[in-house]
Amino acid sequence: MPDFGQRWNRFRRDPRVVWGAALALMLLLLALPFVTDWAAGRTWVRIAAFALLYIMLALGLNIVVGYAGLLDLGYVAFFAVGAYFYALLASPQFDLHLPFWILLPAGAGVACVFGVLLGAPTLRLRGDYLAIVTLGFGEIIRIFLVNLNAPINITNGPQGVNLIDPIRLGDFSLAQTHTVLGFSIPTVYNYYYLFLVLTLAVIFLSVRLEDSRIGRAWAAVREDEVAAAAIGINTRDVKLLAFAMGASFGGVSGGLFAGFQGFVSPESFTIIESIMILCMVVLGGMGHIPGVILGAVLLVVLPEALRYLGPLQQALFGRVLADPADLRLLVFGLALILVMLLRPSGLWPSALRRRELAAGGSAAEARA
Amino acid sequence: MTPRPGSAALLEAHALSKYFGGLSALAGVSLTVARGEIFGLIGPNGAGKTTLFNVLTGLYAPNAGECIFDGERLTGMKPYRIAARGIARTFQNIRLFANMSALENVMVGRHVRTRAGVAGAVLRGAATRAEEREIQARAYELLDYVGIAARAAQPAFGLAYGDQRRLEIARALATEPKLLALDEPAAGMNATERAELKRLLERIRASGVTLLLIEHDVRLVMGLCDRVAVLDYGRKIAEGAPRAVQRDPAVIEAYLGGALA
Repeated sequence: MPDFGQRWNRFRRDPRVVWGAALALMLLLLALPFVTDWAAGRTWVRIAAFALLYIMLALGLNIVVGYAGLLDLGYVAFFAVGAYFYALLASPQFDLHLPFWILLPAGAGVACVFGVLLGAPTLRLRGDYLAIVTLGFGEIIRIFLVNLNAPINITNGPQGVNLIDPIRLGDFSLAQTHTVLGFSIPTVYNYYYLFLVLTLAVIFLSVRLEDSRIGRAWAAVREDEVAAAAIGINTRDVKLLAFAMGASFGGVSGGLFAGFQGFVSPESFTIIESIMILCMVVLGGMGHIPGVILGAVLLVVLPEALRYLGPLQQALFGRVLADPADLRLLVFGLALILVMLLRPSGLWPSALRRRELAAGGSAAEARA
Repeated sequence: MTPRPGSAALLEAHALSKYFGGLSALAGVSLTVARGEIFGLIGPNGAGKTTLFNVLTGLYAPNAGECIFDGERLTGMKPYRIAARGIARTFQNIRLFANMSALENVMVGRHVRTRAGVAGAVLRGAATRAEEREIQARAYELLDYVGIAARAAQPAFGLAYGDQRRLEIARALATEPKLLALDEPAAGMNATERAELKRLLERIRASGVTLLLIEHDVRLVMGLCDRVAVLDYGRKIAEGAPRAVQRDPAVIEAYLGGALA
């Protein structure tokens, strides 16, 4: 009798199957806005676009935390830098209206510089100590944004920057409804498709970097920094590169966020955002791209889905027993705890991580 | 082995001292390792052997003294620069990249002799692909050389103890060292594994790599080393051919204690 596992493996490695699956997935992603709009309303298309934005953020943090093993609790700072960079140079704030195709790469570059600025003083730190310093850095950036409205008004303080230019690609404004092949494509759809393209680019970059000389050097530093240095890896440069790459992904997401929202304020970049992005990485499966994507999608979708707790209670009990706003956070927190208890290495860990935790487990048993 | 004009010495340590608080782990140790020899470093526990390794490889900065390697002053250099100059080492308490496969461990060892950066990694042009092929081929070769090619795909932490030691040697060799410094390579090995290790080290020497060896196993040291230095309380108390050192009264006293001497 032919072994089922073997047949399945042969089947899934068949190039026709691989390309077929990729094509089907692409079509699904292209059709997604239309389907969600029809089934759940325009809000959910917006949520899908946000999910893509957070995938980019989580993959950026994944380079720092997952690949290089540097615990960064201030990652949202780079998101903020990217967002404000776009906001200040494409809004009535300074009456500058630079085009998107300049602002996006420049924003990535500026965030990259901030990544190196944060990385440089933390090179000797690891684990908890690094976490505390990065946490401080994240807060410093936010507090700067709040206070840089006097004596010269740069960031407009706590009010934030309003009326940010919507993203335009040449003559194609994403803020208008377009008609393509008889399909009417509203604004949110435009953003969804732009984010989709850039998310695919970020995934591509992550995949290529992971399986390369650089990716191996990151892994070596994560596994044993002393041994990595002893075989000739410049641990300083390798770590700075991880910070810089991660930050540039954050900068890109920030620019997109500003253009999409049309408004940024320091409130969007609090410590809780950093924690959420870290949760996406850890919950999904550190260092494993599909896992991180799953984590980001779940953590964006779940809190939104939990808004339906109110109507659900209405339908079940005829009245609302508990305030859905309270219940939502409670259920969300419980879900996080459950996942971490039941799947400590994340929902979809890489084979590597699974091995690591299995080994940790058996070592703990041996000690007990 | 033709020594370069001017100096037959590959490594010269001059009056190296290293203090940890009030404890002097190394007190003015000087030694010279010639090209192509196997030099043994022995001494009781806590004599300063590993400290000497750590100073040589840049992990510690010495408080006094200097190291000259291949005509170049190493003192104050970062470990990664010293590795690039041609010193590779293994660790007493094996330090592999535990969650990477055996093959990947050796591939990382090629880092210092390869160049692909971010652009290369992302664009993956012809040059990068060729380099990746070279890295992988060389890594397989080295795994085969130390005799664990069959374990290439296994994670390092799952390897048998002896295989982990060999993997560490393969990873060190991947950096193309002139000097390979081994910190107790036979620790925890059985007699058969030791015999195999001895043959491996002889082959490595025959390939032109100089060996510096910390080892407790007397038979291995006697059978393998051309010269031996003995450390005790951070001082060098003897140096010379293994047989002569073995009979040295100071060495016997260090190992067996003053009462017996």
